[in-house]
Amino acid sequence: MSTITALNARVSDAAVKTATEVTTVGEPLLNIAIFGAFVAITLIVVLRASRNNKTAADYYAAGRSFTGPQNGTAIAGDYLSAASFLGICGAIAINGYDGFLYSIGFLVAWLVALLLVAELMRNTGKFTMADVLSFRLAQRPVRVAAATTTLAVCFFYLLAQMAGAGGLVSLLLGVNDRLGQSLVIAVVGALMIIYVLVGGMKGTTWVQIIKATLLIAGAFVMTIWVLAINGFNLSTLLDAAAANGGEAVLSPGLQYGLSEITRLDFISLALALVLGTAGLPHVLMRFYTVPTAKEARRSVVWAIWLIGIFYLFTLVLGYGAGALIGADTITAAPGGVNSAAPLLAFELGGPVLLGIISAIAFATILAVVAGLTITAATSFAHDVYASVIKRGETKPGAEVRVARITVVIIGIFAILGGIGVQGQNVAFLVALAFAVAASANLPTILYSLFWRRFSTRGALWSMYGGLGSAIILIAFSPVVSGSETSMIQGVDFHWFPLTNPGLVSIPLGFLLGWLGTVTSSRREDPTVAAEMDVRSLTGYGAEGATNAVER
Amino acid sequence: MFMWGVAHRCVTPAGQADTRGKAMSDDARPSTTGLSPNEYERVERSERFRLLKRRHRSFVFPLAVAFLLWYFAYVLLADYAHDLMSTPVWGRINVGLLLGLGQFVTTFAITTWYVSFANRQLDPIADEIRAELSAKEVGK
Repeated sequence: MSTITALNARVSDAAVKTATEVTTVGEPLLNIAIFGAFVAITLIVVLRASRNNKTAADYYAAGRSFTGPQNGTAIAGDYLSAASFLGICGAIAINGYDGFLYSIGFLVAWLVALLLVAELMRNTGKFTMADVLSFRLAQRPVRVAAATTTLAVCFFYLLAQMAGAGGLVSLLLGVNDRLGQSLVIAVVGALMIIYVLVGGMKGTTWVQIIKATLLIAGAFVMTIWVLAINGFNLSTLLDAAAANGGEAVLSPGLQYGLSEITRLDFISLALALVLGTAGLPHVLMRFYTVPTAKEARRSVVWAIWLIGIFYLFTLVLGYGAGALIGADTITAAPGGVNSAAPLLAFELGGPVLLGIISAIAFATILAVVAGLTITAATSFAHDVYASVIKRGETKPGAEVRVARITVVIIGIFAILGGIGVQGQNVAFLVALAFAVAASANLPTILYSLFWRRFSTRGALWSMYGGLGSAIILIAFSPVVSGSETSMIQGVDFHWFPLTNPGLVSIPLGFLLGWLGTVTSSRREDPTVAAEMDVRSLTGYGAEGATNAVER
Repeated sequence: MFMWGVAHRCVTPAGQADTRGKAMSDDARPSTTGLSPNEYERVERSERFRLLKRRHRSFVFPLAVAFLLWYFAYVLLADYAHDLMSTPVWGRINVGLLLGLGQFVTTFAITTWYVSFANRQLDPIADEIRAELSAKEVGK
């Protein structure tokens, strides 16, 4: 409590002073009650949804039984993580226009998925990204590489979500000490393990749908509220934000316009954002939960509309928080930048709205973590265990059993990792996941879908080269050492000036894929290339819904 | 082999055995359909499939290039043309905000355009080829 008192002393705005006092004294009970209700309802849904989980297609791909709109909502649920809701609201509240740039990158990225990737992947694959990448290349090395990059992306994304959970707790439930936060991370992790273990993809998808609906509805109510205060005039709202935060919040450059390096950094980030989405394994895996490529297309369309509309809400919410609460107060509050949206909820609707928004924020983290976990577990069980270790000769049920064991192991690692990265910069971890996905996955995905000559060597060079360069550049960037906000303080071993590696590692991934292919003497089987070509465009041979199989 | 057998349990023509025999070796991938491999090569060379492929690529490639150029043009403006972006247009709404919202509008527009194109121009041909292949498979 002493830190809170100290913080409150610095907080000038009276309203927020009560907000922090309320959240740390009486209202955590309300927050926990609302959160508990969400957990109870979703658990019932998960249990009901999982009664028919029998085959691998049921467990990994929900029996391919979801409709486009349902799956689109679930994709939005997967995509609108805590980074989107709390992160972007906070970024706009503090950095103004520069925060808005995140939403644009995150949204435009979906066009890559819609136009180039979603349907062709759905037509060619079965459960995982590796199914498509290894279709006409050497099975085992490509599957191992794809599983490695999948696990790496999921792990960084998981760490970010777990770290976000810990940080949020300080504001929302009034748990401020390290032990308490670790405990909450463990509870979030354990709940996520239960969802995924019991519910499989079907249960996880329902959790995503419920959470996405709540999140978008909650943001909608708050947006209308903020607009109503400003006479439904965006210009008035911007005027209020500028009055409280200075003219600079309305123009770009507050965060990234400081020097030539930060400007380059911004280009690097923009590249990673727009190319990362179509390489995120947990997003790609969602295309397999629908019966046809046409439904995959519909789900991406739904996702684009929902995500786009949500980001428009965050623009209003971010400027609203900047106008009504003020950047200084938000930064000083427990939870820092991430507290903008919850503080705005308290300012508008008091402890009840704060409780609801807090519960939704928790649900967001829980659901995204569950989606990531099932993706990582599927990739390990399907690509590494069944296809590489057992060479495709698994007994019925064995693969799903391995997937379930993997869920528990990943869950434990995520909990430990989440406790380890407490207090770290969440945005950095998410941007790293996007950069790794864009460098390691996207080049191979695009090459194997559109370039007939693409070879196994090209795929391996591109995936390992993209993954390795992204991680090495991050390790020697100012994010890890040598600046005031670095993860490791007191030492400086950085030589790469940018905080996001995308500007170098993404072109490198593409270059290595091309280089590996043109230097490779081995020609891949033209017959299989023809099969992939025909199947990816026509959808012939793609698995339909499991209950429609016995035709 | 349950993994690969789910979808086509009922249609297992004799010819499939050889493909499956070498399934999961380093070089071959398991076939999940009952068609002989040269059937795919025949389809790939067919006029209708080439039309489908041409239509698909001549739509998505230029569009992908166009939206990426527009996105990076916007990013560069936001990064290097602060004065232009802060020019007020209407009240407190400036060029930067309008261009940013413009990215939303184009994203929604491209989405809608692509879907209507795919429904009208791509799906009918794809359905036709798929039906033809399924008929072959069953008739074998």
